Amino acid sequence: MTPSGYFLAHLWLIPLFPLITAALMLLIGRLLPKAAVSSLCVGSVFLSFVHAAGAVLELLALPSGNRVFQQVLFEWITPGVMPTAVGLTSFVADWGYLLDPLSAVMVLVVTGVGFLIHVYSIGYMGHEGGYYRFFGYLNLFMFSMLTLVLANNLLLLFVGWEGVGLCSYLLIGFYFLKKSASDAGKKAFIVNRVGDTGFLLGIFLIATTFGTIRFTSQGLGDPVAFSGILQALGAMVHQDPSLYGAPVFTAIALLLFLGATGKSAQLPLYVWLPDAMEGPTPVSALIHAATMVTAGVYMVARMNAVYQLAPFAMDVVATVGALTAIYAATIALVQTDIKKVLAYSTISQLGYMFLALGVGAFAAGIFHLMTHAFFKALLFLGAGSVIHSLSGEQDLRKMGGLWNTVPATSRPFLIATLAIAGMPPLAGFFSKDEILGRAFGRAAMVDRYLALWIVGLITAGLTAFYMFRLLFLAFFGLSRVSPEAEHHIHESPKTMTIPLMILAALSIVGGWFALPALWGEESSFEKFLEPVLSGVIPETAAVKFAHHTLLTEYFLMAASVSIAILGFGLAYNLYLKHPQLHSKVSAAWPRLHNLLIHKYYVDEIYDALFVNRIKDLSTAFALFDAKVIDGLGVDGSAWLTRLLSRISMWWDKWVVDGLVNFVGKFTQFLSHPIRMFQTGLFSSYAMWILIGLAILLGYYSHHMEVLVRNLR
Amino acid sequence: MMSPAHYLFLSLALFLIGSIGVITRRNVIVVLMSIELILNAVNINLVAFSRIFGDVAGQVFALFIIADAAAEAAVGLGIIIAFFRNRETVLADEMDLLKW
Repeated sequence: MTPSGYFLAHLWLIPLFPLITAALMLLIGRLLPKAAVSSLCVGSVFLSFVHAAGAVLELLALPSGNRVFQQVLFEWITPGVMPTAVGLTSFVADWGYLLDPLSAVMVLVVTGVGFLIHVYSIGYMGHEGGYYRFFGYLNLFMFSMLTLVLANNLLLLFVGWEGVGLCSYLLIGFYFLKKSASDAGKKAFIVNRVGDTGFLLGIFLIATTFGTIRFTSQGLGDPVAFSGILQALGAMVHQDPSLYGAPVFTAIALLLFLGATGKSAQLPLYVWLPDAMEGPTPVSALIHAATMVTAGVYMVARMNAVYQLAPFAMDVVATVGALTAIYAATIALVQTDIKKVLAYSTISQLGYMFLALGVGAFAAGIFHLMTHAFFKALLFLGAGSVIHSLSGEQDLRKMGGLWNTVPATSRPFLIATLAIAGMPPLAGFFSKDEILGRAFGRAAMVDRYLALWIVGLITAGLTAFYMFRLLFLAFFGLSRVSPEAEHHIHESPKTMTIPLMILAALSIVGGWFALPALWGEESSFEKFLEPVLSGVIPETAAVKFAHHTLLTEYFLMAASVSIAILGFGLAYNLYLKHPQLHSKVSAAWPRLHNLLIHKYYVDEIYDALFVNRIKDLSTAFALFDAKVIDGLGVDGSAWLTRLLSRISMWWDKWVVDGLVNFVGKFTQFLSHPIRMFQTGLFSSYAMWILIGLAILLGYYSHHMEVLVRNLR
Repeated sequence: MMSPAHYLFLSLALFLIGSIGVITRRNVIVVLMSIELILNAVNINLVAFSRIFGDVAGQVFALFIIADAAAEAAVGLGIIIAFFRNRETVLADEMDLLKW
């Protein structure tokens, strides 16, 4: 292990700060004043951010091949011998943290964006009940998310994974008195269970295939004593290069991806994310846009070594990602709830990330994850600020004309919109362009990827369209705000607008790591991540991207920018220049419009296919319980017991007791004559004695005669 | 001249009188008195045989029986008094607690 400074040595403090404050809030938070709650909770996240930044800086100081720092706090699941594909192995799970370039990016995004959203929450939740509860959950979430990204093994990652799922559930249902909110929480939790089943099976399969669940043994000193998936995989492939594409790798990759589709809201498990908008807006920004939903992307990138050996699974990831991207984008076109638009946008952008992972551009996926965290958090926080200003109004049809009434919100919102639409030189442009460029690069080598690139490009246009639609409807045109809300319009407090500005700045500069890519070189971001994402793939099977010429590079850029401008122009014409035009357009295709408004009826289809079938099954079980278990089992056995005891009682009464009574009665009957002598009168006894004496005397009378004769 | 048989017949007569008294009288005190008659019949018998066989042991027995009779009368009267306190009667046919 390389000598390390304070921050690396105290890596374990990063998740601990929010855990402590979360425990404080949930135990005694009720007793604390609001100022104490906010300073404690925001302060702990700030401390985490400082430690994370310090640790990453210390990591950067190391030579690039050596940037792996592992810290095992304790053996969490103690060694046990387990049969695996590589023979009997001692299975062990540490409670250990891993800081390498990949988790460095994640930990900075999580603590940085998380801190800004915490600050924002002070203002946003200021008037809400359950202030301490909100911050307690939020801190618990930070702990879980940091555990997830810093975990050095899959099982600990799963702990964080479930932890963020729990916090997501708690925070979606934060307004638990509202039925729709508590239902949405349950939906999110249950849908995620489906994915988590796959994830857990994937972990099991990894454990039995590689004999370890630790990501890497690098940074742990003795490589013999510690095994890692990466090393085990490397040894396997080195021994037998034909393992490339082996079914077991495909199975692992697909199972893990099932987990990712649940957490990261991909087809077919995305249905919970739009409903999750029932939670408070900072929650939507932090959990359901910037951090938790990207956990799936992170996990797939983390397991890239396995994915690179499973080309079929990679194709599945890319296809699902591309389909999700365009599918969610089309739904976002017509939604009227400001947060629902952003929710579908998030699903769509996550689809982009999976598209990137699927075509083998892991760094591009993580890059988009980071820039998306900036601008999507900004969009949600901006939307939250608008909702706050309008006293809780979320319907786009009842907004408009807010550009100058809430300037500190509307300006950053414009920047975020430009960023997500992919306008240069903002963050979204670079990351999206990187993904599309990589997809195109694969397409140049293998034709079937061309479709993915086209889908991605169209989605970019759709994204620009629905985001500018949102912007125009909310901030421009004539005000459609209801009179009472109009009366109360106010700019949000500083605690809310300052995070917006910082995120706006990040949305602008966040993409500049990738500047070299403009000239067809490797971006510094990609170089930074390369040691983690290179995998152990045999040279012959390595994913190849066509090396773009400068001309291709400019063509791709022009394509994505022009389609974004096309989307902007369309939105401008339909919603700003001719505000009535969009209703005419939707009236022209009523069926299509209806289909989109109803989100392709997927919720209804799921209800019909799964939810109601499970309810039917439950009803059947309930009936079975009532009729068979209770009726036949319980009542039946009671009836049988009663019958048996009746028989037993009859037997006891007439046979057992009867026998006893018979013996008694018989004895009584026999003794009857003898009893007659016992009168209790002593005179009668005396008489019997005399009678006996007389009989005796009579019997011996001849002796008497002798006696009497002698006497004479 | 009195022959031993006379004594024996006297004894027999006393014994029968006593026995009939024990069996037939209802008053327990009279029954006790009848028992005394029986005991005295035995005494006469013992003394008579003592004379007949020229053995003085019979007379010693008679003295023992006199002492015994006194003791028996004391115990018997005590029982009767105790019984009277409980049942306020000394009639034999009301003393039937010993039956089944």
